[in-house]
Amino acid sequence: MELPIYLDNNATTPLDPRVLEAMLPYFTNKFGNAASRNHAFGWVAEEGVDYAREQVAKLIGCTEKEIIFTSGATEADNLAIKGVFEMYADKGNHIITATTEHKAVLDTCKHLEKQGARVTYLNVKEDGLIDLAELEAAMTPETILVTIMYGNNEIGVIQPIKEISAIAHKHGALFMTDATQAVGKIPVDVNADGIDLMAFSAHKMYGPKGVGALYVRRKGPRVKVTAQMDGGGHERGMRSGTLNVPGIVGLGKACELCRLEMDEEAKRLSALRDKLESALTVLEESYVNGNVQHRLPHVANISFKYVEGEGLMMAMKDLAVSSGSACTSASLEPSYVLKSLGLSDDLAHSSIRFGLGRFTTEEEVDYAIENTKKAVNHLRDLSPLWEMFKEGIDLSKIEWAEH
Amino acid sequence: MAYSEKVIDHYTNPRNVGTLNKDSKNVGTGLVGAPECGDVMRLQIEVNDDNVITDAKFKTFGCGSAIASSSLATEWLKGKSIDEALAIDNMDLVEELALPPVKIHCSVLAEDAIKSAINDYRVKNGLEALELPKSHH
Repeated sequence: MELPIYLDNNATTPLDPRVLEAMLPYFTNKFGNAASRNHAFGWVAEEGVDYAREQVAKLIGCTEKEIIFTSGATEADNLAIKGVFEMYADKGNHIITATTEHKAVLDTCKHLEKQGARVTYLNVKEDGLIDLAELEAAMTPETILVTIMYGNNEIGVIQPIKEISAIAHKHGALFMTDATQAVGKIPVDVNADGIDLMAFSAHKMYGPKGVGALYVRRKGPRVKVTAQMDGGGHERGMRSGTLNVPGIVGLGKACELCRLEMDEEAKRLSALRDKLESALTVLEESYVNGNVQHRLPHVANISFKYVEGEGLMMAMKDLAVSSGSACTSASLEPSYVLKSLGLSDDLAHSSIRFGLGRFTTEEEVDYAIENTKKAVNHLRDLSPLWEMFKEGIDLSKIEWAEH
Repeated sequence: MAYSEKVIDHYTNPRNVGTLNKDSKNVGTGLVGAPECGDVMRLQIEVNDDNVITDAKFKTFGCGSAIASSSLATEWLKGKSIDEALAIDNMDLVEELALPPVKIHCSVLAEDAIKSAINDYRVKNGLEALELPKSHH
């Protein structure tokens, strides 16, 4: 076992060597521009892209023509939301999203508010799921788009996508989902789920960074987005720019591997995740964040009360994890996702996200358990709050000097 | 962002972790920060009849820099007179630990903790609390 151990697979995943192998020829002898229609170099590149498009389509149950390649999920989110807002301006200006969305969605919505959009940010329940009745109540005749993420990047909860899309459609709105954390990890079928637009990324599923895709429905209804980048009219006019052929080939291969290995892999990972989680929640005052029934198989988000996340991570020095602690962000604000669950700031500061992945072994999980336990106990020995808690002092009754 | 060696040293081998009897007349306790802000420091000093700090202990809830700042503060406090202790500036801690700008608040908190402990000691011994100038927030 090599140290440090990578348990931050929600941030990014390592490239699968099989994906790398598929990509390599497209950096060297198959270097052509997929848009060069008049010679073999272009044809070979185009073939690679076409094949990748099939591999991607197969994973999510759509046709090849519905895949728009982008530089990643952030661009796909921007293209979908801004593109729908502009394309459907005649129909209305109202967008519905949720407070726990990724910044790529939230900040895009905020941007559109400055351009006349009205945006409703739904709160989530304590378990991180949205309230369907609230969504229903928020729908108006001007609602053109509902955009709710598939699986959450911090806590892994999976939203009731079928129910959400049904509500959107009943009121004549489109349904878009940022499925960056879900595609490749759990079965996602755009038709069964009623998805009109969907953003996802290669590097979260053992593919390369810098490439992703937007699914745009072509039938029932035919969805269109206004291009956000002008140029050569690539990708059916929705996303100009010379195609990143090696990246796209990598995304395709990554999708294929996920499709073939998902069932077994999800079982293996959820068993490892459960092992990790049950071993760590044996520690006093530790809490799992988010709904534990409806969630991705590979994520555990746990708050260890009375220790601060960044300090804790420093003690877990052989583990690469992440924390909702303020100290890990430039803003000094703790995770807005955890706060949206109604978690108090001190619990948000005490959270650690473990993200397991394809290359995580049981031996590594066992090591992580012992290392984390030791770190939590070490930090609690240093924590005045833990001492006060042990003495039976009610911390909420103390007048803290906010600073 | 990588931590400096000194921060790692104090974090890994924190000096003077512990608890002094807060009810003792010659012990001053400072408890500063807030759990909501992600850092709370408790710093205690034991003072002898000559106004010299003979012992110092801390416990801190916070990031590595907060723990290192308080650990270093206790090291500096031991053997100092109250007046010398009052002269400790948060920027001294910043310099010694090579804290980056985003972690300066950790040193501010440590300075506040020192002053708050001294004031607790003063009040316990019939002296008035000092008006403390706001540190570099």
